[in-house]
Amino acid sequence: MSSGLRRFPAYLRDIQEEIEGHARGYGLDFFPILYEVLDYKTMNEVAAYGGFPTRYPHWRFGMDYEQLSKSYEWGLSKIYEMVINTNPAYAYLLEGNSTVDQKIVMAHVAGHVDFFKNNYFFSKTNRKMIDGMANHAALVRRHMARHGQDAVEEFIDTCLSLENLIDPMSPFIVRKREAKDADDAGEGDDVPRLRAKQYMDKYINPPEYLEAQKKRRDDEKRRARRRFPEEPQRDVLAFLVQHAPLDDWQRDLLEIIRAEAYYFAPQAMTKIMNEGWASYWHSTILTEKALTSAEIIDYADACSGVLATSPGQLNPYKLGIELFRNIEDRWNKGRFGKEWEDCDSMDAKRDWDRRLGLGRRKIFEVRKLYNDITFIDEFFTLEFAVEQKFYAFGFSERSGNWEIMSREFKKVKETMLRQLTNRGQPFIHVEDGNFENRSELLLRHQHEGVDLDMGQARDTLRNLYKVWSRPVSLLTRIEGKGKILRCDDTTITEKSAEYV
Amino acid sequence: MSQKIDLDHGRFRQIIRGKIKQGLRKYISQGEMIARKGKDMVSLPIPQVDIPHFKHGGKQQGGVGQGDGDVGDTLGQGQEQPGQGGQAGDRPGDHLLEIEVSLQELAEILGEELELPRIQPKGTEKIVAWKDKYTGIRSTGPESLRHFRRTFRQALRRQISMGTYDPKSPVVVPIRDDRRYRSWRSEPIPQSNAVIIYMMDVSGSMGDEQKEIVRIESFWIDTWLRSQYHGIESRYIIHDAMAKEVDRDTFFKTRESGGTMISSAYKLCAKLIEEEYAPDQWNIYPFHFSDGDNWSVDDTVTCVELMRTKILPAVNLFCYGQVESPYGSGQFIKDLREHFDEQEVVVTSEIKGKDAIMDSIKDFLGKGK
Repeated sequence: MSSGLRRFPAYLRDIQEEIEGHARGYGLDFFPILYEVLDYKTMNEVAAYGGFPTRYPHWRFGMDYEQLSKSYEWGLSKIYEMVINTNPAYAYLLEGNSTVDQKIVMAHVAGHVDFFKNNYFFSKTNRKMIDGMANHAALVRRHMARHGQDAVEEFIDTCLSLENLIDPMSPFIVRKREAKDADDAGEGDDVPRLRAKQYMDKYINPPEYLEAQKKRRDDEKRRARRRFPEEPQRDVLAFLVQHAPLDDWQRDLLEIIRAEAYYFAPQAMTKIMNEGWASYWHSTILTEKALTSAEIIDYADACSGVLATSPGQLNPYKLGIELFRNIEDRWNKGRFGKEWEDCDSMDAKRDWDRRLGLGRRKIFEVRKLYNDITFIDEFFTLEFAVEQKFYAFGFSERSGNWEIMSREFKKVKETMLRQLTNRGQPFIHVEDGNFENRSELLLRHQHEGVDLDMGQARDTLRNLYKVWSRPVSLLTRIEGKGKILRCDDTTITEKSAEYV
Repeated sequence: MSQKIDLDHGRFRQIIRGKIKQGLRKYISQGEMIARKGKDMVSLPIPQVDIPHFKHGGKQQGGVGQGDGDVGDTLGQGQEQPGQGGQAGDRPGDHLLEIEVSLQELAEILGEELELPRIQPKGTEKIVAWKDKYTGIRSTGPESLRHFRRTFRQALRRQISMGTYDPKSPVVVPIRDDRRYRSWRSEPIPQSNAVIIYMMDVSGSMGDEQKEIVRIESFWIDTWLRSQYHGIESRYIIHDAMAKEVDRDTFFKTRESGGTMISSAYKLCAKLIEEEYAPDQWNIYPFHFSDGDNWSVDDTVTCVELMRTKILPAVNLFCYGQVESPYGSGQFIKDLREHFDEQEVVVTSEIKGKDAIMDSIKDFLGKGK
């Protein structure tokens, strides 16, 4: 690490021991955590690098750094905590924060690391990613030395433009072993026959019929072979890595971007839960165990900042912690299951308490098995939405403003789920790698009610062209009509198309 | 202290610089895009440098919020990007990034883009200022300059060599001989002073648009000349049939209705130079902007005479910018060209509109004087 690193002071080590002791006592199970105390400059640097000490050289990190530094200098924001998903986990403390702040951060970080370690969606991530990132950096630098900084940087820009075209669930899909060339055996004449005694065979399975059957089967096989990929492929980056005509160094870069995108994907999929879980634990540990009475006010002050809501903004910390508390409360009181669902009496519901005390166990189970979508889908209830005053907003063409559209539960939940689906990214997959039989690429946008941002889509298509080196088309729907955008080098043409 | 991020940050600034250079003509012709930030920073809106992605368009998407309010209530003003993680952009492809640039850097970009030569100041050798620089340490000096650390270090060194230093009780007591003082040297600093004298015709025929052009052009001239000289002063003269010196604000706001006698301004300019700016100590840059309409031929003769005898011998460069106006005859520039065609020190430029500002700047400053 660079010169901003400070020695980890003894008093902080004591706090760490105390906090982690409490955390273990509550049943949190985390990787060893290594803290580093950084001055704000280094903090901003590390934050710009996504929490990692070394990343490949790229101007985007410089841009993030400038924005972070500006907003720190203007007092708009300050990075409180940062922790990365590795084993051991690295976390950073800001030099000069008060003891209360550091306690909050440490308890919060323990929550995060417990989540990283136990949540299912993190189970396939590379826990040695510090090394991974450093290796990527070394490789990129080597390519830069060989092929020139500009060429490499430009190609990284291109790859980054496509980085969201991955399938975050794909690490969990156990693919069946590819059927070993079925046609080896099948080329012969063993078209399925109807069972018949031998002397009846030529009447029941007449040779002409068999011949026709065989021809049909071969045709189908040939057609299937022409379809490429055979199934639409959601991991567009993987498809490009495998099939795009790239130089070796370009393939390296694309693979690096893809690997890093997969590493970060689970964090985007569990933002609400992860922050909620960490906030739940810092508040539990601090208020129940670790705070001295003199620190209460400072604690409340810090927390009110973290959990503040503002119009038009969903605060994942707030939503997450409230939902976890709500679940805990419901399972403590037995407010779940068929009996609860079927109960129509508001009075009965208000005083419903079966004293089950299952809350803690339930939230631990939730943190293990859920991601944001399933979390919201299952536990975001009408009662919760009303209590927390949720609303859905949208853009009103009439007034030209963003307005509150509805407080209807169904609408709110629908909007929220749509925002979370596929990490808020549009679904785009490779439909055809040999479009119109001219080795062009056809992507298909699966329209879920929201159009693509067309300006960005055009620029992204241009970048796709750079990778595929042949015209690239995108099938999508704009304002209710099917459209194909086709990018040939830099020119983009639009024509209507059937969108089913 | 160098950090890893400095490389990436430098790279980012380099890209920004390229963008500013690309858009320079636009920034110059639309002066209002530039917002002054503090004394020597400006903030420029530059097109998004971020990386494009396939993503959802904003307006249909909407989002979820939390808090009070009725259906139909507008969300807080100034909330440009509601929605989680700022996914909801308002207009596609319309994102602007506000970037801060120092005037120094802006001048450099201007210089590179217009290929402006660096100015060779005159009189560099003659005008010298002295500056004291602390360069070393010595053993005598005034107490106010005593170097605390070096004194103690010397004392420690002495105690160790004498064997009186005890690491177990590390007491260091300096004696008189240990005292060390900062010493200085006076260094000559070549100084070049410059003054820009802006003159503008504020007669009725100069409209708002013409003034706007002058304002923008003077901003860039200022920026460039400031990057070339350490100390620079600006003086402002307005004239119709009479001339007077004003401050910067008044310069750009005044509108008179009288006729135009350019000689009045030149007289005042010559007087200023004579009284306050000795030519051997100052680099002098008069800039005159007008629509080219002068009262009479006689007055033009007076102008030429004034320039020849009083102004031109004293100045580095005399710039006349003629802003096209529907009312002006535009005669004056022709007269100047006729009389001073062979004189390098006179530069004339016709500014047809905002788009021509950039070329006119190049006319004026392209000579390196």
